[in-house]
Amino acid sequence: MQEKNKKVVIELDNVKRDFIVGSEVVHALRGISFKIYEGEFVTIMGTSGSGKSTLLNQLGCLDTPTSGEYFLDGTPVRKMSKSQRAKLRNRKIGFVFQNYNLLSKTTAVENAELPLMYNAKYNAKQRREAAIAALEAVGLGNRLEHKSNQMSGGQMQRVAIARALVNNPAVILADEATGNLDTRTSFEMLVLFQRLHAEGRTIIFVTHNPEIAQYSSRNIMLRDGKIREDKENNNILSAAEALAALPKPQDD
Amino acid sequence: MNFINLLKVAFHAIANNKFRSFLSMLGIIIGVAAIIIMMAIGQGLKESVRKNISQMGTNVIMIHPGADMRGGIRQDPSAMQTLKQEDYESIVREKKFITYVSPEVSSSGQAIYGANNTLTSIYGEGLEYFDIKQWVVEDGECFTEEDIKKSSKVCVVGKTIVNELFPNVADPIGKTIRFKSIPFRIVGVLKSKGYNNWGMDQDNVIIAPYTTVMKRILAQTYFSSINCSAITEEMTDDAIEELTTILRNNHKLKDDADDDFTIRSQQELMETMSSTMDAITIILVVAAAFSLLVAGIGIMNIMLVSVTERTKEIGLRMSVGARGIDISNQFLIESIMISITGGILGIIVGWLGTYICAAFNLPTSIPLWSILVSFAVCTVIGVGFGYFPAQKAASMDPIEAIRYE
Repeated sequence: MQEKNKKVVIELDNVKRDFIVGSEVVHALRGISFKIYEGEFVTIMGTSGSGKSTLLNQLGCLDTPTSGEYFLDGTPVRKMSKSQRAKLRNRKIGFVFQNYNLLSKTTAVENAELPLMYNAKYNAKQRREAAIAALEAVGLGNRLEHKSNQMSGGQMQRVAIARALVNNPAVILADEATGNLDTRTSFEMLVLFQRLHAEGRTIIFVTHNPEIAQYSSRNIMLRDGKIREDKENNNILSAAEALAALPKPQDD
Repeated sequence: MNFINLLKVAFHAIANNKFRSFLSMLGIIIGVAAIIIMMAIGQGLKESVRKNISQMGTNVIMIHPGADMRGGIRQDPSAMQTLKQEDYESIVREKKFITYVSPEVSSSGQAIYGANNTLTSIYGEGLEYFDIKQWVVEDGECFTEEDIKKSSKVCVVGKTIVNELFPNVADPIGKTIRFKSIPFRIVGVLKSKGYNNWGMDQDNVIIAPYTTVMKRILAQTYFSSINCSAITEEMTDDAIEELTTILRNNHKLKDDADDDFTIRSQQELMETMSSTMDAITIILVVAAAFSLLVAGIGIMNIMLVSVTERTKEIGLRMSVGARGIDISNQFLIESIMISITGGILGIIVGWLGTYICAAFNLPTSIPLWSILVSFAVCTVIGVGFGYFPAQKAASMDPIEAIRYE
């Protein structure tokens, strides 16, 4: 459902973020500006200390800029209160974390419906339906009632992705979403992300792994709090093919 | 997050940590149970004292000779001889708020029948004494007005006397016993009253016409007391006033002179005993309440641990849209749930404990309000001691919380 003239989902206008550590001021972001359009699959890369995490916190409305402005789906974020940002996250953002962050001893459905618990518009039945739909979308339709401690890493990450999809967010923010997974499972996740991209979802994938950049539509490179490179990827590789090319797992 | 979801989440969290939650509930359970049991015993004691006092008779008013001397100053022995036959007669003549009047003299000593003897007390009484003290003559009959007039040597005896003096005799009526070498013919046996609150055997009595005891045993012309019955409990004060006026007139006391007699009422005694019992109950309950305070601190401690342990969960919930208030509500509901569940279990345990106490012959009675109070206290504890941990959780920074290991 991609629109003809693409809609701007994320707009950063000279965003700066300073931290005061002891008596020193650390400039984590030194003026970042970019726009992300609906339906883009953007990887944000950079070494540790490049400002990657700080930028992710900004994009996820977990933090606010020291100066500059961030518009999420047209809404300026900088002057919002904590609870306004909580509500904005709830409606517009889906997070996928490196270590899944599922609730322990809790079923897949209950995990997936968590964001909707904080949305008064959904009743219990609607929540459950939305969670089941999201789990089916990530290929876990047959593991709805499995508890988080009965699942493999890949399955847990799928539940986490379902949780990120359940509120139909404007943007999915993935933070090293394949960082804890083996190669095969990582590629499975990439296949899933590419499929979601193909369905028109906007995805931002923060990683330090340059390999992943080949499977996304746009790459942003950060270094020392500034954008070093921002380019379209005209030659998107298929994760599905890469997965097929991997040697079969051997039982031992 | 709405209330039902909060309850679900809190229940989930408690169910995931059953043992720990139970341990923190245990403090509440013990505290509430202790309070319930203490209150039940306090209330039970009070009720049994009231019952015992009311067993003493109907709205009894007791007149003793001599001024009220709680201070303990020794009085002239003549001051103890102020209640005379004329006083009794004027009361009978002028009474308005009083139904029954009986003069009383008493003496302690040995009662003998054949080879058996027992230490007992003889009470010289008027006929109305049986109405005032609610004595019932079970076998035989009471002595008569005629017996009083003639100072007849007849008596009615309590069950203990019968058991002590007539272990092998089927019917003691008509037998003659000796008290201080004066023979008394038994005309009736009293229905048993059992022991009173002070451990006194109420059945160890001989009741004889007051004239007989006064003349033949004590050889005195004054009464040791006069017992009266007010018409109703509410009229007790009027009756006391009436008696005071009659006696002061009879004794020709000047307006500024102190009474040379003392009037006590059953009602007054009941109030004194009740307030003593209340004081005891309060002491017991306060002691038990401290254990609830300690239990509350226990809950706070566990909640603080729980908040720290679940930092990551808090970070996650915040990042998917939980506001500070959602998080603080979640932990508050959890601590309230722990303390209320503990409270309910405590009420059950307290209730069972009360039954066990009752099985050991402790008088008990659970007042309904003690259950309501326990419940309210538990809620207050849940909110009070859960507030600080909940605030700690709510004020977390989601960025740090989500990366907490």
